[in-house]
Amino acid sequence: MSKTATPALAIRDVSHSYGARRALDHVSFEVPPGSFTVLLGLNGAGKSTLFSLVTRLYAAREGEIDIFGANIMRQPGEALRRLGVVFQARTLDLELSVMQNLVYHAALHGLGSFEARRRGASALARAGLADRANDKARALSGGQMRRVEIARALLHAPRLLLLDEPTVGLDIKARADLLAHVRQLVDTEKLGVLWTTHLIDEVADNDQVVILHRGRVLETGRAADIVGHYGAADIGDAFSRITGADEEKFPA
Amino acid sequence: MSNIETSPEGFSLRQYAICLWGVVWREGLRFLHQRERFVSALVRPLVWLFIFAAGFRQVLGISIIPPYETYVLYEVYIAPGLMAMIQLFNGMQSSLSMVYDREMGNMRTLLVSPFPRWFLLSAKLLAGVAVSILQVYAFLLIAWFWEIEPPTRWGYLTVLPALALSGLMLGALGMLLSSLIKQLENFAGVMNFVIFPMFFASSALYPLWRVQESSPWLYRLCAINPFTHAVELIRFAYYQKIEWTSLAAVSAYASVFLVAAIVAYDPARGMIIRKGG
Repeated sequence: MSKTATPALAIRDVSHSYGARRALDHVSFEVPPGSFTVLLGLNGAGKSTLFSLVTRLYAAREGEIDIFGANIMRQPGEALRRLGVVFQARTLDLELSVMQNLVYHAALHGLGSFEARRRGASALARAGLADRANDKARALSGGQMRRVEIARALLHAPRLLLLDEPTVGLDIKARADLLAHVRQLVDTEKLGVLWTTHLIDEVADNDQVVILHRGRVLETGRAADIVGHYGAADIGDAFSRITGADEEKFPA
Repeated sequence: MSNIETSPEGFSLRQYAICLWGVVWREGLRFLHQRERFVSALVRPLVWLFIFAAGFRQVLGISIIPPYETYVLYEVYIAPGLMAMIQLFNGMQSSLSMVYDREMGNMRTLLVSPFPRWFLLSAKLLAGVAVSILQVYAFLLIAWFWEIEPPTRWGYLTVLPALALSGLMLGALGMLLSSLIKQLENFAGVMNFVIFPMFFASSALYPLWRVQESSPWLYRLCAINPFTHAVELIRFAYYQKIEWTSLAAVSAYASVFLVAAIVAYDPARGMIIRKGG
């Protein structure tokens, strides 16, 4: 991509504290449009805090967050309508049908029922769940629920999709399927994706990787480049070296 | 970036209406599907009506006070208090489950919508009020079989605006509490520290002149209790009358709670931030 393109997500010098505890410390990185970017960090690294700031649950008091150039604090409406989100917690209404879940979400974006059903049907078809539209969400498997949540997050046609540890609680096959599904969306729809995880094996060589450790970004770049730079065997090895060196330098 | 589909800024009125309709529609569907919640919302006041009130009708004599023009049975006296109780439980339950149960994710789904946050919270609140009103009418229907009814059928209609206003007040209070208080994580805490004190220190179960006889300071507490005013507003409206003081008090409390809840959920100033992680 060219250097001049507006990033799908730009995070510049963002810090956040809970009282005295610093959860994020001068975090900066970008998600290029049409890229699969992995935010890699252990539990407690600050991934969830960052997620809460980007989705505007908390105010980004220090630093700037832009979604396709729209600032999340100054133009929240513009920023949020360009953003699709899949939260870590399951957020489908289990008692409602799959399509009813989609219609509700579309209404939250000002889309009427007719348009919502039209878009919902094609989104479900793309997710391979066309025949489940009228089933209750409760009847779906964990992996299917996640696909519906992704379909739902894309109903209003955002160009940036955020997923917070989407594979938590899924079995190995469902995890692989979900990852493949999202990677395919990046390829075919040119979506920008920020995928947060603590699972090293979800990273592929060509992914953009952001390593977040104890609230600070330690490394960013293409996964294969990071591995090469550190002379590591794989990204897991590189991750251990980078975070291990950090812990020696700044013991907790 | 050239290939982003940018929609024109802002939303049309029609889109605001779609969003509001969507939030209310979802709450209604959930209400229809959660039969347990409906049944327990109904059983609670009925227990009070049929057991508590039956036991106490011999003990507590109610003198003739407005809006009543004759002696009334104790069951008739407490009916408005029970309507308000339904709304009190509903307000606390929906708001707290919103934040603390697995609903936390649903609250975040709501708040990540590009509509203004004050609008989303108000829509959520109105949806809760609509559900609480359905519950109250279901209660009134059962009460009607026991001949607990307003003096004329019009009472069922005139009580509606009172229910809307009191439902708003109690729902906004629940929303405010849900954003502010970390300690009230389980419903038992809310029962002990919010619902019971509000319910018992009010005119729901006994007229305030009786409280005044036994304890003047408790009387003063009851007189400023928002729940007392909700009960009296409903009681008078049910008798096709308006209690102006309560109308003013409920409107004022509702506005204050709603504004405070919106401020508390504002990411820039909000208290929600204190919850951390």
